[in-house]
Amino acid sequence: MEEALIQEKVLNKENLSQEKTLVIENLCAGFPARRGEVRVLDHVSLSVPKGKITGLVGESGCGKSMTARAVMNLIRHPGRVTGGRILLEGRDLLSMRKKERRMLQGREIAMIFQDPMSSLNPVMKVGKQVDEAVLVHEHVTHAEAKRRTLEMLEAAGVPDPERRYHSYPHQLSGGLRQRIMIAMAMVCRPKLLIADEPTTALDVTVEAQILDLMKEMSAKGTAVLLISHNLGAIARVCDDVSVMYAGKIVEQADICTLFDRPRHPYTRGLLSAVSSLRDGSEVLSVIPGHVPNLARLPAGCSFSPRCSCRGKECMEKTPEMREISPGHRIRCLWEEPGKKPGEKELETEGLAAE
Amino acid sequence: MLRKKEKQIVSDFEHRKADPAGPSEISEAYDLGEAETFGKLMLRMFRENKLSAVSLLVILLMILCTILAPVLTPYGETDMDLLNRLQPPSGDHWLGTDEGGRDVLTRLLYGSRVSLMVGIVPTLLSMVLGALLGVMAGYFGKWTDTVIMRLADIVLAFPSMLLAMVIMYTLGGGLFNVFLTLTLMNWGSVARIARSETLRLKKSEFVEAARSIGVSKWKIIFRHILPNCLPTLIVLFTLNVPAAILTESSLSFLGLGIQPPGASWGLMVNMGRQFLYNAPWLSFVPSAAIMVAVLSFNFLGDGLRDVLDPRLRKQ
Amino acid sequence: MSEVLMEARNLVKDFPAGRHRAVHAVSDVSLELQEGKTLGLVGESGCGKSTLGRMLMHLIPPDSGEILIRGTPVTGLSDADFMKYRRMLQMVFQDPYASLNPRMSVRSLIAEPLETYRLHESRQETTRHVLELMSTVGLPEEFLHRYPHQFSGGQRQRIAIARALAPDPDLIICDEPVSALDVSVQNQILNLLKSLQQSRGLAFLFISHDLSVVRFISDRTAVMYLGKICETGPTEDVFREPLHPYTRFLTASVPMPDPHRRQERPKMAAGEMPSPISPPAGCRFHPRCPYAMPECSRTEPELRRCGERQVACHLEK
Repeated sequence: MEEALIQEKVLNKENLSQEKTLVIENLCAGFPARRGEVRVLDHVSLSVPKGKITGLVGESGCGKSMTARAVMNLIRHPGRVTGGRILLEGRDLLSMRKKERRMLQGREIAMIFQDPMSSLNPVMKVGKQVDEAVLVHEHVTHAEAKRRTLEMLEAAGVPDPERRYHSYPHQLSGGLRQRIMIAMAMVCRPKLLIADEPTTALDVTVEAQILDLMKEMSAKGTAVLLISHNLGAIARVCDDVSVMYAGKIVEQADICTLFDRPRHPYTRGLLSAVSSLRDGSEVLSVIPGHVPNLARLPAGCSFSPRCSCRGKECMEKTPEMREISPGHRIRCLWEEPGKKPGEKELETEGLAAE
Repeated sequence: MLRKKEKQIVSDFEHRKADPAGPSEISEAYDLGEAETFGKLMLRMFRENKLSAVSLLVILLMILCTILAPVLTPYGETDMDLLNRLQPPSGDHWLGTDEGGRDVLTRLLYGSRVSLMVGIVPTLLSMVLGALLGVMAGYFGKWTDTVIMRLADIVLAFPSMLLAMVIMYTLGGGLFNVFLTLTLMNWGSVARIARSETLRLKKSEFVEAARSIGVSKWKIIFRHILPNCLPTLIVLFTLNVPAAILTESSLSFLGLGIQPPGASWGLMVNMGRQFLYNAPWLSFVPSAAIMVAVLSFNFLGDGLRDVLDPRLRKQ
Repeated sequence: MSEVLMEARNLVKDFPAGRHRAVHAVSDVSLELQEGKTLGLVGESGCGKSTLGRMLMHLIPPDSGEILIRGTPVTGLSDADFMKYRRMLQMVFQDPYASLNPRMSVRSLIAEPLETYRLHESRQETTRHVLELMSTVGLPEEFLHRYPHQFSGGQRQRIAIARALAPDPDLIICDEPVSALDVSVQNQILNLLKSLQQSRGLAFLFISHDLSVVRFISDRTAVMYLGKICETGPTEDVFREPLHPYTRFLTASVPMPDPHRRQERPKMAAGEMPSPISPPAGCRFHPRCPYAMPECSRTEPELRRCGERQVACHLEK
């Protein structure tokens, strides 16, 4: 398992330099289907350092939500994790006993979802719901729980927390509900916060506010894994990014490197699609075709059928992750950045420039 | 069994506010290559739910028996043989004879015609009537809705057996009146369900799209609303049939349905009551037949619902 | 200067919400759609743009105001009388999963308008037309007898577009047609819509909350807030030089896919859009507007013309 060895070496090197709250190593997950196992996650490896925001970006069906659920132990039968490790501050979540893992959830890892309305109990006052989050994990009095709730509501930017404490979810706007969700997630001061498309259902004027709030939270020491298909949101708050496609990570880099010097053709395609919408092109850039059926992935590189730079090898050999510069990894057969196996060099463009 | 659980994952994932970015991860992984015709649907049901597959076979078998009754038994329906009354099951009479010397098996087979017909036909009629009225009430609203629903309420408010007894008593016995009674009793609940489905579908975007094209009201009802009510109605049908069978049995048991010497399962149970100690098979056999029929339809309904509903709920 | 295809004058729509309250979805909106051009209608959720779209499609009757098609008033017409206009007016909806009848095949779906308007004599002719439309929108022939649940979001939207194109309309109202799609698929659909406009001379009313998308596809843009239009004008002008404070904040709030510019923090609007049940008095935006003056809380600004643009703001005096 060459891949696993390389991963380990690289990750160990990084572990020494920075404290990593979350480390996912070679995570594999899938479910059995008529034609054999369907791999929803294929050797996914990423890490979230303490106090930083890591972005996980990709289109629908790529597996980013599945990754989050794997960490949160939310994958339901018959889907299941089939390999790899998930280390929270060094402890492997997958090899823990169920009880131990359950205790961690909510207390050390918390998650917020896309639609706050469906995550909040519509018949319970929101203040009480946040209290509950405290009381479940810590032995404190109701009064103390309420105090913490109010503190958290204020930190989450909820105006007039005393009054809002007694509101029901339907009385609040989308942005406020999301703030309540964040408060609920953060009230036990978790080490890791996973945000799965937290702003997709919100208006754009509120989106910026919520993203800034998450930035504040991470500055206080929480590690944040931000999952989104919106590159703008990712660019606004993330420190480093992993790009996923068809269940695999295809590129990983810190934020500026990814936007300035994207290497993987899929990343380049995505960035180009997003930027062509804003730069006044007559015809928008597209990635031809559509995301593959996970049950019937093409041979070789999963992206090859849609790749404009593919070579013959790409359809035969499955590429592994390799590091092309410190902290910048891609999963592609191109031998050097910019050089196709045996072909001319690719121009280096800064696709993020406007 | 596996496919069912896969479906569960899909519905679990997708219920979390339909992902605005597209289909959920797992639904993309499905092999959605060919159109799923009715035949394929049935095959899938058989694969997933063995019980309902078996039930369907049992039902088909029963229907076959009713058709082939004359062929399957040498005895006539009402052939009496007073010398051989109340005989236990034997080589000559597989299920014994009743108080008139008639072969129980023969009466069971002929009786199944009545019981199953009475189970299926009025249910079908009440479905058609109820669905039409319910959809009209739901789609047109206002006065149509009020009138139809109040009528349905009246029907539903009556204790069903009482209603049945009153109608039968006034009209007299006989098969046709039993049909009528059962149809009138059951259309109310069907209408109510059809109406609520219609209200739900009326708001859906594809109905809005049809309206925006200018499709006429009746076309919308028949092309867009009714076909989408169909899964619910089909399942309702399979669940109402047993109720109809039981009602007929009760009516005949009470002497209000089929009159002797005709045969029906309910009637047989009734007549056999007097001989429960010395000839228990007289009541037991038709009761068992009723139970098998009712259970089969119930299981078939469950299987159909599993196969038809979740796929459409997701849309 | 293009001809005016459709005009809306002072449209109002309120939805009752409880005994003495109403949702003021659309309050005194006037718009113009020109032949062969795209008008983008942009605004956040709850601003009333969808309701406005449906009123223009004659799906919801306005409480007051008028709609004119090529100069002829059509507001009060019954469904039957409006039929002759229906053919030229089609709609594409937001949710590709809900706007197609799951029990109808692709052929039936696309043929429905053809059959409703009785455009062909025989079934074969209809099928031929359907296949033509499918190839125009990029759907392979094999999909003819398949069902919607077998397709991805982007493919379903193509089916919806083919259906809208079928009767050869003059105007297509698109209500958030790409919001539910991934960015690359979104681009494919946008390219398709743009090329259709150029090849067929179609007019579009493009409703969306996504500013970048509206900027790409619209010739003119109208910005809506809480049931009222605050600004209209040629798209590039509106985006480069927004006159209304709300437009300014809208354009500034969109997260840019560029990490180097994240430190820019333009003056942001506070809070969120209030409920349309009780909109603020005077200018509806004034509680959030950092430029608000005392007058803004007293009188509602009129939509005033400045050249090719219109603005409703007291600042512009």
